[in-house]
Amino acid sequence: MALNVNLNAEGLTVGRLSPTLTGPIAAVVIIALVIGILPLVVSDIFILLQLTLFMAYGILAMSLGWVWGYGGIFSFGQAAFYGLGGYTYAVVSINMGGSTTALFAGVAVPAAFALFLGYFMFYGRISTVYVAVITLVVSLIFYKFLGHTAGYEYTIGTAHLGGFNGMPALPPINTPGNPMSIIWPEDMFVITGICLLLVYVGLRFAMHSSFGRAVAAMRENELRAELLGYDTRLYKMAVFGIGGAVAGLAGVLYANWNSYVSPTVFDLGFSAQIIIWVVVGGLGTLVGPLIGAMALGFVTIELGTQQTVDVNLILGVILVVFVLAVPEGVTAQARALYARLMDRVQARA
Amino acid sequence: MDLAGIIAVQIGYTVASLALISAGLAVIFGMMRVINLAHGEFLMLGAYAVVVSTKAGINFWVSMLVIAPLFVGIVGVIVERFIVRFLYGRMMDTLIATWGLSLLFIGVITTIFGNATESVVSPLGSFEIGEFVESQYRLFIIFLGVLVIAVIFVVLRYSRAGLIARGTMQNADMAAALGISPQHVYTITFGVGAALTGLAGAALAPVTGLLPTMGAAFIAKAFITVIGGGEAIVTGTSSASAFFGTVNQVTTFLWTPVMGDVALLIAAVILLRLLPQGITGRFFRRWL
Repeated sequence: MALNVNLNAEGLTVGRLSPTLTGPIAAVVIIALVIGILPLVVSDIFILLQLTLFMAYGILAMSLGWVWGYGGIFSFGQAAFYGLGGYTYAVVSINMGGSTTALFAGVAVPAAFALFLGYFMFYGRISTVYVAVITLVVSLIFYKFLGHTAGYEYTIGTAHLGGFNGMPALPPINTPGNPMSIIWPEDMFVITGICLLLVYVGLRFAMHSSFGRAVAAMRENELRAELLGYDTRLYKMAVFGIGGAVAGLAGVLYANWNSYVSPTVFDLGFSAQIIIWVVVGGLGTLVGPLIGAMALGFVTIELGTQQTVDVNLILGVILVVFVLAVPEGVTAQARALYARLMDRVQARA
Repeated sequence: MDLAGIIAVQIGYTVASLALISAGLAVIFGMMRVINLAHGEFLMLGAYAVVVSTKAGINFWVSMLVIAPLFVGIVGVIVERFIVRFLYGRMMDTLIATWGLSLLFIGVITTIFGNATESVVSPLGSFEIGEFVESQYRLFIIFLGVLVIAVIFVVLRYSRAGLIARGTMQNADMAAALGISPQHVYTITFGVGAALTGLAGAALAPVTGLLPTMGAAFIAKAFITVIGGGEAIVTGTSSASAFFGTVNQVTTFLWTPVMGDVALLIAAVILLRLLPQGITGRFFRRWL
């Protein structure tokens, strides 16, 4: 995996910044610039709204990139945490009016649920494949259950869950302590962008902490990590919990963007899309899933505007082709290309 | 008494349809360890094969028992040849590629038939138990479920082909050394699994609404049945179907069909926590 190469190469390169740092710093700078400049340049509010959604998708993709690409836990259930985040935000914000508590609840509840589920799965020592199936089943349970909540007995406080009709007219994020001051779409774009940056930097940081190194060891060889004294069950649970929190945050941002949530967030097709983003972008990286989510989000929307070819058909072909032909994703390909270029430059110099 | 009778029929029907939709997956996943996420779409293709051939004027039973399995079997062989073959031993890649395949099938069928519900008329009438009326087709599904499981058992246990298949799955190199081409065995086994799935889809066509996306309703149930069953595919699949089917139907009876599905899924999660190797990992260990 590309990531190992990076970890091994750290500290060995002389003359330029360690490759482990150049990439992330460049990514942060580029993302920050884009977020800072775009709202000033783009006057079309529609494009900004679209980008806000893609950034929420990007956060979601990074959560899977973290859990799967970095922790080695293949989770079909990121959509479940995402949806749970959205629904929690909806319920709490409708009940409380203000959005600050709702925002935190929307991250905390999915995280707690992920830890709970992770306890069941990892302390039961269920194999990777079965983890995939169980997370899939959990998304389905949510989908079925919330689709079933149309009756008025399914009301939490003043929030009615609404079955397949979903929960409309959610209060948008507002300034903490002053619910009256409204946040405009341009501000929402910046807020989502800042969340994206924070998630990226946070996960990067986690990867390079001692915790992250233990996780990498566990992914590469679980038995060896255990023999070295790491409780891999606990580490897996923690990785899964962090992934749940990040996915929940993405769900909150999505619910905000849409001011509406419905059971379709738990849909299997959506779970599949998240996996496609990560596979296309590159497993084992964080920027990869981000790029994958944005590029494919754009493609899906563009394809949705034409009627000749079914969207599923094209997504399916993309997925099959990538698994067979580009199993490492575009980021690894780009990196390999970059490395080859640098080698050639150095050889000439 | 009548009520007990009708509930027994319904439980039998739920169990049998679970066994039917899982049988093909038990062969593909249980034996070959290939995670085929296009399983639901194989079912869907079987059902649409029946729609097309009955519309073309072919007898319902012929289209269900012959055309649908044949068609989906051929699709299975093609899929194995061109996609799955390259991914043996790469479980996660197989999973993703077959997921892509399932989207592809949904896309193709949507393009051809549109996103509308098709239907096939059930060819059988109904019968009465006391004051309750039940469709005869449900009895047929029960019969078919038992038959399919019995045939898989007999073929695997007593036929030469079954012996070769089991031997190849256990040790492909040894089978190759004995003059058998593992690649052929894989292709045929995958094709047979697909054909069984096509048959199940066709058999369920008259009792479900046919949509391009109908596969999603089955795939999770099929997977948890096979995984819940564990290593021994025949005993495992039938015992897991019996367990999950009963849980589902009893909850449906006491509550609602949706909660029945939810109960089934929760039962599966708990079962896997208690028996990570599935039912046959603990009980019936040396069975087939």
